[in-house]
Amino acid sequence: MKKALVFSMLLTFTSIFSQEKLEDVKVTGKQKGIKKSLTKTANTTLVSSKELLKAACCNLAESFETNPSIDVNFSDALTGTKQIKMLGLTSPYLMITEENIPSVRGASQAYGLSFTPGTWVESIQITKGAGSVVNGFESISGQINTELIKPASDIPFFLNAYGSTDSRFELNTHFNKKVSDKWATSLFVHGNARVAKNDMNDDGFLDNPLGKQLNIANRWQYSNPETGWVTFLNARYMLDEKQTGELDFNPDRDKLTTNYWGSEIVTDRFDFSSKVGYVFKDMPYQSIGFQNAFSNHKQESYFGLNQYNIKQQSYYSNLIFNSIISNTMHKFSTGLNFTYDKYAEFVNLVDVSRIDNSVGAFFEYTYDDTDKFSYILGGRVDYHNRLGAFFTPRLHVRYNPWEKSVFRFSAGRGKRAANIYAENQQLFASSRVFSVLDSNGKIYGLDPEIAWNYGISFTQNFILFGKSADVTLDFYRTDFQNQAVVDVMQSPQEVLFYNLRGDSYANSLQIDFNYEIVKHFNLRTAYKYYDISTDYLSGSFQRPLQAKHRLFGNLEYETHIKEKGQQWKFDFTLNWLGKQQLPYTASNAPENRLPDYSPSFSVMNAQITRTFSSTFEMYIGGENIGNYRQDKAILGANDPFGTSFDTSIVYAPVFGQMYYAGLRFKIK
Amino acid sequence: MKNIIFGMMLLFVTLSTQAQEKKNKNAKLDIEVNGNCEMCKKRIEKAAFSVKGVKSADYHIDDKTLHLIINEEKCSSLDVKNAIAKAGHDSDIVKATDEDYNKLHGCCQYERK
Repeated sequence: MKKALVFSMLLTFTSIFSQEKLEDVKVTGKQKGIKKSLTKTANTTLVSSKELLKAACCNLAESFETNPSIDVNFSDALTGTKQIKMLGLTSPYLMITEENIPSVRGASQAYGLSFTPGTWVESIQITKGAGSVVNGFESISGQINTELIKPASDIPFFLNAYGSTDSRFELNTHFNKKVSDKWATSLFVHGNARVAKNDMNDDGFLDNPLGKQLNIANRWQYSNPETGWVTFLNARYMLDEKQTGELDFNPDRDKLTTNYWGSEIVTDRFDFSSKVGYVFKDMPYQSIGFQNAFSNHKQESYFGLNQYNIKQQSYYSNLIFNSIISNTMHKFSTGLNFTYDKYAEFVNLVDVSRIDNSVGAFFEYTYDDTDKFSYILGGRVDYHNRLGAFFTPRLHVRYNPWEKSVFRFSAGRGKRAANIYAENQQLFASSRVFSVLDSNGKIYGLDPEIAWNYGISFTQNFILFGKSADVTLDFYRTDFQNQAVVDVMQSPQEVLFYNLRGDSYANSLQIDFNYEIVKHFNLRTAYKYYDISTDYLSGSFQRPLQAKHRLFGNLEYETHIKEKGQQWKFDFTLNWLGKQQLPYTASNAPENRLPDYSPSFSVMNAQITRTFSSTFEMYIGGENIGNYRQDKAILGANDPFGTSFDTSIVYAPVFGQMYYAGLRFKIK
Repeated sequence: MKNIIFGMMLLFVTLSTQAQEKKNKNAKLDIEVNGNCEMCKKRIEKAAFSVKGVKSADYHIDDKTLHLIINEEKCSSLDVKNAIAKAGHDSDIVKATDEDYNKLHGCCQYERK
């Protein structure tokens, strides 16, 4: 028993709030898809793999569709990639880690989330607000950490096949072998392809790109509960190819010509990471961990006549020591980080390559009175060759004022170098001219982005008509001291980048209400209000393509699990989006103008899963079953080499309704 | 020669006795403590933590066991038992006074042995 306890502690000890996790080995009765804790200090939601089965979830970017804390944008007409937002800020302002190693950053910012297949994911932890100092200084509005399936607890074989009416096919196979009582290994092989051209809105352009992806990962896990050692080794290779543009575009013939407009994006990536952890003998509260990750990310692409190539070689290292001060009410984590990034980046053959490196030390103290009150106070000092030497403070406080309730407060600072081209590369697929208006800064002429984030949150669980319910109120504010402003409000022919001149802030308010209507029938609802305002050269505007008001609703119903595991599961999600500020287009010819605001609309998704036994299940589902489509997905589609061409203004689904089916087979 | 061996043995025995008496800084102890609920758990752990030298205290309601890690140089299991008894909870050898027991919240008034 004790060994098992030490072992499970070992497995979790390097997570975001590593110290807290140690206490977190409780077994809960009925497993919920989304878990909100009343006892954790940070505002962290745990999304289990069960939740990920509720939607098509082809990859990580799509796995948040049933989660109100994260908004999934509609994939742009060009790349087919869904961007995510938290507290109204896009993914560059989030720290996205895979097993606590920063994963979606730099060159992989635009498409990185689509490079992790959904079936590989064991759980996701979503932390709203400043986050922990352990992983770095970059996070501003939140942290998303993904844990992949662990070789030691994996099943010998898993197969998932998927096909959809937008002619996308996926195959996932997992193999696992317990090599010895201490070593286990998993091999994940993922392939997906979109094989046919779709043009539902008859604008002569593909609605979503043709593409294929091969993604292979091999993981090794060593764990020895007797000595307290645990090790993970991961190696991974990914090749992703996309082609889009006009229906008649033939890359061999038309690449970089004005015959037809087209685009190709080829990404290949190699990752290697290792993790070594040790829990001290007879001291389960004291541990040491050492992580190392190397990645080589290469993207070669062109968008019409625009060429964009980027290669990032990255090395990340993190050493962490966890222990206590006199007793487990006072815990601390301390350690060192080192990051090295070598970018070879060419924007239309202009060399903007650079090397970034940083070294930092962190200390995080956690007080827990084992009852009602806890806080985490963290700080880190970093030296970065472009951001300089700076201090990053973070604070999280939790208080349970009365039964079944929790009040939280957080505050913190974040600082980052904006990779303006990589993060905004969808704008290359337009006739916009890129201009950087400042030249004194060290990152493409711009200064580092600095922001403070503050938040409060209150959750109350209660019983309503004999069934459990909970309500949560969150309010967060992000204040930018400096921002690399991306200005599409000036002219439809330009995108301007400059240091913030004036104010920029993001306020977000979220009210959640969850209720178990009858047994096995759950309702999840949320209302979200965003006020995200930036002072642009032409005045103060709401962030383009961001709805001020959003409603979210999710219904799930499950039948009782029968003897052999047979079960039906039904899931329905509704998203309503209010009007969104659109980029400035008033100076275009009338046929290429958009109104100031988009119309409001709603999107509905549904899925039915039939489990035949504990090893076999099938599912069918539909996305956007109301078939809402954006009127004009591409501006200037009839003259793609003209001055008004723009594929980047996507506020609603482009493709319309989509249906899919899939199966999952396991050998246990 | 015999004397030398005898001397060495004596030395060895003394050393090992001393080693046994050397206090463990991370001694693991399990104490049976009577309690009922989440509130009891919190109270028991809080009482345990109030003793200087208690590094970790984790009470399991199901088997009524308090898992402790203590620094024996600073405290003993008796110190912890006394502190817990003061908070109203009986353990194997130290019992709470009736007065302290009666101060407990209604749902926490466990069945006394």
